[in-house]
Amino acid sequence: MGDLQIKKQPKNYDAVIVGSGAGGGMAAYVLANAGLKVCLLEAGPMFDPKTDSNQLKNPWESPRRGASTKFRPFGDFDGCYWGWEIDGEPYTQKGDSKWEWWRARMLGGRTNHWGRISLRFGPKDFKRKSIDGLGDDWPIGYEDIKPYYDEIDKLLGVFGTNEGLENDPDGFFMPPPKPRLHELFIKKAATSVGVPVIPSRLSILTKQINKDRGQCFYCAQCGRSCKVYADFSSSSCLVIPALKTGNVDLVTNAMAREVLTNKEGLATGVAYVNKDDMQEYQVSGRTVILAASACESARLLLNSKSSRHPNGLANSSNVVGKYLHDSTGADMGGIIPELFDRKRYNEDGVGGMHVYSPWWLDNKKLDFPRGYHIEYGGGFGMPLYGFNWGIENLNGNYKIKGKQKEAGGYGASLKEDYRYFFGSHVGMAGRGETIAREDSYCEIDPNVVDKFGIPVLRFHTYYTDYEIKQAKHMKETFSEILHAMGAVTTWGGDDGPHNNYGLHNPGNIIHEAGTVRMGNDPKRSPLNKWSQAHDCKNLFCVDGGPFVSQADKNITWTILALSMRTSHYIVDELKRQNI
Amino acid sequence: MDRRKSIKTLIVGGVSAGILVEACNPSDNKNASTEQKAADAKAGGINRMAEEKESEKRIAAQKFFTEAEMATITILGDIIIPRDEVSGSASDAKVPGFIEFIVNDMPEHQTPMRGGLRWLDMQCLNRFEKPFKDCSHEQQMEMVDAIAWPKKAKPEMAQGVSFFNLVRNLTATGFYTSEMGVKDVGYIGNTVNNWNGVPEDVLKKYNLAYTEKELKECVSF
Repeated sequence: MGDLQIKKQPKNYDAVIVGSGAGGGMAAYVLANAGLKVCLLEAGPMFDPKTDSNQLKNPWESPRRGASTKFRPFGDFDGCYWGWEIDGEPYTQKGDSKWEWWRARMLGGRTNHWGRISLRFGPKDFKRKSIDGLGDDWPIGYEDIKPYYDEIDKLLGVFGTNEGLENDPDGFFMPPPKPRLHELFIKKAATSVGVPVIPSRLSILTKQINKDRGQCFYCAQCGRSCKVYADFSSSSCLVIPALKTGNVDLVTNAMAREVLTNKEGLATGVAYVNKDDMQEYQVSGRTVILAASACESARLLLNSKSSRHPNGLANSSNVVGKYLHDSTGADMGGIIPELFDRKRYNEDGVGGMHVYSPWWLDNKKLDFPRGYHIEYGGGFGMPLYGFNWGIENLNGNYKIKGKQKEAGGYGASLKEDYRYFFGSHVGMAGRGETIAREDSYCEIDPNVVDKFGIPVLRFHTYYTDYEIKQAKHMKETFSEILHAMGAVTTWGGDDGPHNNYGLHNPGNIIHEAGTVRMGNDPKRSPLNKWSQAHDCKNLFCVDGGPFVSQADKNITWTILALSMRTSHYIVDELKRQNI
Repeated sequence: MDRRKSIKTLIVGGVSAGILVEACNPSDNKNASTEQKAADAKAGGINRMAEEKESEKRIAAQKFFTEAEMATITILGDIIIPRDEVSGSASDAKVPGFIEFIVNDMPEHQTPMRGGLRWLDMQCLNRFEKPFKDCSHEQQMEMVDAIAWPKKAKPEMAQGVSFFNLVRNLTATGFYTSEMGVKDVGYIGNTVNNWNGVPEDVLKKYNLAYTEKELKECVSF
């Protein structure tokens, strides 16, 4: 280490952006197209879905048949590098906290494999405290963000239908795909028990929108990222187009260490480790935009201590890292005997569900304060590792081609069973809103550093009765829907008070938000309503960090809209020389 | 990009795409990308990051089972998935090789497999004075019948039942994810397609129909 030195890049950029996922990609796109000079730091390698996607690979092309590894927890073909654990980059827990932290390390981040569920927050979602007295209202309302939702609908593309629902706003939708067979079963059953089912809203192109992006060809593999750019990933739809402007210098394998500040307390740039040569670098900019993920951005701020910011940057409120929350999640699945021995045809469809259920009840009449939506799955999926596992629990329970068989077995008769059950499974998952709380947080672990010597995060996150009661309600709803369609529950039916009704650990749904929240009061929030730091006017955060609450909607579309809004603000403020 | 052109891009593969990457990343040295392509080809064409490539090399170099164990796995596999009028057997689909790989990839399977194989051989030594693989076909089937039926197996066979469940599951998942098995089970997908809804005869069979709203608002081809 004798030759370790800090290399300073001579160029002074208009903006240094940390992270190339939804928030950072959008900031790079807007700023670069406004003619500003941008340095984009990404902690992982280059990734272009066009060349790097595992789309259309067959199961046998993977020696583990698509099973998961620590490098790809969602399977060998998945479009995301890393996940729940990264070699040499630990995180810790306080007490018996069980936060699960997904970290992507690649151009485009998690957007290369996400579910493409693109839901606008509704008017009520910004003002929950005014409705139920819990958490806080946002400093902005739906009317502030609506123009940006409109713009990203058109820029990035999303299918769905205008249903005129009060808290699930209409948008600029492309036509959705028709429901698959199991989705017609679900729709019929759910509707009969009072749960509405409408076309899903996914950022997948069912129509062509421009010359750079292809149209969906229905392989159901959005999770692998799309070679023809027919779904939204930050890599394909924002960063790569931004690079073409010539205004963006992308630095891959750049792990940010801290935000640099001057005597006046303003941000001057970012210090990072280059993972290729393990040397230390500094890059300077007129503004610094954090988009490293809600928790990584909080970590960067807390690790950026100086005499002007002794408590970490933008943290005079002592709120950075607090109000960390994820969507709740609970699931259940079953088998539909009516679908045994189905006729075979290609039902891949788009990647993900063609229909879903937005929240349909009034929480004032329930024993938990916030809602959830339901996602559905099933049908003829590509056989991958785990396919046909556990037949011994299935084949003794049903008549197969009119014959009652003994559980388990082997031989030609067993082969017949596997064929008989294929395509008859169905699953559902609730994704709900958590109350963001001050005592659910991440902080710097005083004792532990990662392999770069950067102090790591320690988590302290718990669920309360609100979330547990919501999970109980999810389970009751799923049972009711499965029963109404004549399905037999095969998993998720044994959950109860002993395991919080199958409520997943916080973080598991991978919607981390709230750690750098926005608000009008500098004493209670690190950012103002433009996602600009109260304490440091040329510092911004555009990932899940600024969220005051995250609704019962997946957060990506709102990250994109907020990032676009903040990016336009930055362009204007730089022009006016206010920052 | 129009549909025809995007499909052409898919078929042509990396040609135009390679140009794009280089154009985006002028500082990248070209050797690195050539090296990457070679490594990708070795890994069965699957895209892998640098850390994964290292790990893949390590796993592929490992060997867990003895020859005798592999012989037993092969016999059991072909009892579970034999050749029939639709498709071939587990060994035709190279399932034993898959099981060898997967126990190295998922070490949690190692002890149940090794111990289960030894349990099976000890049973056969006591019953027939030979390890399983050297028993006659009739003896092998007698042994298998003692452990292949979880609900009617004798309680003292419980460990054997657990072992056979594991072998059945590994064999089935290996077989039905092979080219032969995918064809057998009838998965028809993973290709360029136009999803135009559930076929008419299938809708009819289940007494279902699309609503007018769906027909009006959904994509049709």
